[in-house]
Amino acid sequence: MIAKLRRSMLFVPGNNPALVKDPHIYGPDSLIFDLEDSVAPTEKDAARLLVFCALKAIDYGRVEKVVRVNGMDTTWIGDDVAAMVAAGVDVIRLPKTERAEDIRALVGLIEAAEKASGRSAGEVRIMAALESPLAVLNAYEIAVASPRLVGIALSAEDFVTSMKTTRSPEGVELFEARGRIVMAARAAGIMAIDTVFTDLSDDEGLLREARLIKQMGFDGKSVINPSQIPLVHGVFAPTPEEIRKSRRIVAAAAEAEARGLGVMALDGKMIDKPIVERAARVLDLARASGMKIEEVEA
Amino acid sequence: MEIRKSAVAGTLESSDAAVTVEPKAAGAGPSLELVVECSDARFAGKVRATALAALAELGVTSARVVIRDRSALDCAIRARVLAACLRAAEQEGSPASAAPWGGRK
Repeated sequence: MIAKLRRSMLFVPGNNPALVKDPHIYGPDSLIFDLEDSVAPTEKDAARLLVFCALKAIDYGRVEKVVRVNGMDTTWIGDDVAAMVAAGVDVIRLPKTERAEDIRALVGLIEAAEKASGRSAGEVRIMAALESPLAVLNAYEIAVASPRLVGIALSAEDFVTSMKTTRSPEGVELFEARGRIVMAARAAGIMAIDTVFTDLSDDEGLLREARLIKQMGFDGKSVINPSQIPLVHGVFAPTPEEIRKSRRIVAAAAEAEARGLGVMALDGKMIDKPIVERAARVLDLARASGMKIEEVEA
Repeated sequence: MEIRKSAVAGTLESSDAAVTVEPKAAGAGPSLELVVECSDARFAGKVRATALAALAELGVTSARVVIRDRSALDCAIRARVLAACLRAAEQEGSPASAAPWGGRK
């Protein structure tokens, strides 16, 4: 069973009360309150206090609360982590993660903050954003650096700059990075989250990119505007045809198991364990997406 | 907490509040002076109560505080008052324990 969906992770600028007050009404799977790039250096203290007070006061419902803190190489990181852990954050997203050591250093800060604020040890999870060639090459060691890791995410703008290239509609410049990240995440048993799509006027481009990363195996995508949420969710939702097929496969597998068979045929095609697992995952995703799979005719 | 200098936090954008905190001259009337200007006057009492709670939270007992509210939620008022006060109290070696998330007295 899929414990948590992260099809869409909506960035919310941390120093903007109008945006911080009710972003959950747009129905993203996660909210990422940002203390990093969207906040000017002179406003880091104010943004940290605003997100702290908002997390303490506002009920964001069942939407996961993530905060993108400032990097480990900044003077803000200590206060960022202490404040957000005390405020009840679910996940700390660390930008510019380069090595496993960065995660271990962050874990140290989180452990101290959990203790200081009376939260259970290990409760706060981590997502690492990979933004450079070195980070991508270290993706697996980052992904397994702590059991707190729930996912690794590609952050493409800094990455393509480091690669001395630019982003293209086809995304060829990101292909290797995406492939390595999703493979590292799968090997580590955590999620892979894709980068933002920044052109808000190009829905077709967003859909194309979302289909590509879903096909590559990603779990979801960071988004920068509520209008992108239903488009991404639409791409990740199983089709009625996929659900119908998956239901038949799971039913056939159950029947074969009851008869003591390991391999079976359905419509003349061999069905074995990986295919059954895939079908079960489609049904899990459909259920988690709120689709009523029983209403899809078998 | 001692207010040492003038400081501001927040903006006049919708849902925000601009908060100014400055030290009070010695002997100039009641030691805590709070001026609230609301875009909707019905909420002035609520804004005032939230601001006073935030000032009490930091132990600020002497200051002139001006709040220009643009329909901010209570949590945003609290955040802006805390930010303005912490900035106004800042000095070299100022203890981080003044922050509301840790070790506050």
